[in-house]
Amino acid sequence: AKSSSRLTQGIGDLFTKRKLDDEALEDLQDLLITADLGVAAAGRITARLAKSRFGEDIGPDEVKAALAEEITAILEPVAKPLEPDFSRRPHVVLVVGVNGSGKTTTIGKMAKSFADQGRAVMLAAGDTFRAAAVEQLKVWGDRTGCPVIARDTGADSAALAFDALKEAQAQGADLLFIDTAGRLQNKADLMEELAKVVRVIKKVDETAPHDVLLVLDATVGQNAHSQVEVFKDMVAVSGLVLTKLDGTARGGVLVALAEKFSLPVHAIGIGEKAEDLRAFQAGSFARSLVGLD
Amino acid sequence: MFESLSQRLSKVFDKLTGRGALSEADVVEALREVRVALLEADVALSVVKDFVARVKDRAVGQDVIRSVTPGQMVVKIVHDELINILGTEGVELNLNAVPPAIILMVGLQGSGKTTTSGKLAVRLKAQKKKVLLASLDVYRPAAQQQLEILARQADVGSLPIIMGEMPVAITKRALEMGRKEGYDVVVLDTAGRLHIDQELMAEVAQVRDVAKPVETLLVVDAMTGQDAVTLAHEFNEKVGVTGIVLTRVDGDARGGAALSMRAVTGRPIKFLGQGEKLDALEVFHPDRLAGRILGMGDVVSLVEKA
Ligand SMILES: Nc1nc2c(ncn2[C@@H]2O[C@H](COP(=O)(O)OP(=O)(O)OP(=O)(O)O)[C@@H](O)[C@H]2O)c(=O)[nH]1
Ligand SMILES: Nc1nc2c(ncn2[C@@H]2O[C@H](COP(=O)(O)OP(=O)(O)OP(=O)(O)O)[C@@H](O)[C@H]2O)c(=O)[nH]1
Ligand SMILES: [Mg+2]
Ligand SMILES: [Mg+2]
Repeated sequence: AKSSSRLTQGIGDLFTKRKLDDEALEDLQDLLITADLGVAAAGRITARLAKSRFGEDIGPDEVKAALAEEITAILEPVAKPLEPDFSRRPHVVLVVGVNGSGKTTTIGKMAKSFADQGRAVMLAAGDTFRAAAVEQLKVWGDRTGCPVIARDTGADSAALAFDALKEAQAQGADLLFIDTAGRLQNKADLMEELAKVVRVIKKVDETAPHDVLLVLDATVGQNAHSQVEVFKDMVAVSGLVLTKLDGTARGGVLVALAEKFSLPVHAIGIGEKAEDLRAFQAGSFARSLVGLD
Repeated sequence: MFESLSQRLSKVFDKLTGRGALSEADVVEALREVRVALLEADVALSVVKDFVARVKDRAVGQDVIRSVTPGQMVVKIVHDELINILGTEGVELNLNAVPPAIILMVGLQGSGKTTTSGKLAVRLKAQKKKVLLASLDVYRPAAQQQLEILARQADVGSLPIIMGEMPVAITKRALEMGRKEGYDVVVLDTAGRLHIDQELMAEVAQVRDVAKPVETLLVVDAMTGQDAVTLAHEFNEKVGVTGIVLTRVDGDARGGAALSMRAVTGRPIKFLGQGEKLDALEVFHPDRLAGRILGMGDVVSLVEKA
């Protein structure tokens, strides 16, 4: 809605009674670039549009609809909600990402959503590094009524994850979310530490973690490529969550990511509160990306 | 963080420097690649367009055509224009106020405000300043505790937390404690907020009016994409920014957002966040950054030869 007003305006300005010629396509590509699609993906998408519509007189709404269609086709296959197998008791979800992307908040939101469905959810405060990270997750535990397994700041996060999984098994929890400290993907030692968390979890349950969610901030530009690449390599990311879509950043890099990695996008964050999580829907994401909704 | 951009540009210019003369077509081709490189580095499109146009204007001039190695002149022009946008000198914190000098930290959610507040405290303390940290973040879970812990780590003052007190009231209490207890600097850490959140933007404007800060620092993630222009423009418009802090420069983002924000606000980039620890804060040197974008050694030696 409000997040795409700039793009909407642009297309409106450009395509009032206009022929879809080279220049128009270049402008269209520029507009996709301002939504963070990246030069290459924006180029591919406009080229596809050109293939079917080149030279036509085309109005702004029609252009937008055609673009949204192209983008929806890319995103449709990756729009998959998180579907835990509760029979695993617990289904283990490890949550990873760079600093400040929204990991802890997303865990709080997901915990609420599953707890509201009557599931027994437990949280593990695996960020034993950042100041007050444990306290932050504990507040989310209180808000959602989910028990939080925690140790003091400075403790070993792999050991904490081990304990938490044991505890969740003992209590017969349906779902265990393991929070982790934010880390930049180019920090080899911190990435290795995360790989160790996974190894230690496997000592308790060799099928775990059953999901590894990479939380991406929609405000981030092309660096998201490198984030997905490295986290995927190190800890076998199984799905993505895109946060902070309530701002003016449109998260268009997700389109390029979908083309390149085909990882499921499970949910989007649209605010700071427990209920501000939505399933990712390809069509509506694409439409709001081009300013249709 | 700019390595890839620098590689990209040097590849482009390697091609140019291999030639004896430089036509307008050469410049245009080179600039097309500069454009792509800048966009891939997340420089905002509008900033890229202005930049490329300015470089072209200068490059397709007489100087270039007459110079022995025109490609090198283009390198120099691109470099000069980068410096032009980034500013020419490192700018220190302004603490010119009747003590305590107030520093207001603002920015989007998760950008690094609280951590940077702790880092500034460490830095100012090393300069023999008496520093008080106060958290106005009554929204994010455990935000006030986070700053309190950082104040302890930095060994500086911390405004006692009163649960339920709202930001403007906290501000007044921080100012009072700052005055009474002889602090030199009071750093006000605010909650992350979206620039389109009218209520919270009005709140921080109110805080500003009460606190009358000498510095209002916009804290922004170096990984920020095209939205950098919008957010920087809006924060500057609604709160009045005096400087920018770029965080997570220790990552591998190319950091084009720095160019964008500098271009739209005209405000200096004052510090770079280089890690999570409290000593990981660097003063920003625009020429060093521009040099890093282009590979400084090369630029200097090339231009000297030209
Ligand atoms: N507007 C908005 N803010 C969000 C969203 N998700 C998270 N946030 C905010 O972003 C900030 C960072 O969120 P956290 O959940 O602490 O992020 P994190 O990834 O756990 O951070 P670290 O543990 O420090 O790496 C907080 O202020 C959150 O309230 C969202 O979808 N929209
Ligand atoms: N690698 C790296 N991490 C940083 C840097 N600055 C901050 N961080 C991390 O980024 C995350 C968010 O930092 P905060 O200081 O909590 O951010 P904030 O802006 O106060 O967040 P909100 O109050 O939720 O809006 C934390 O994990 C910090 O450790 C930096 O320069 N480099
Ligand atoms: Mg966290
Ligand atoms: Mg904070």
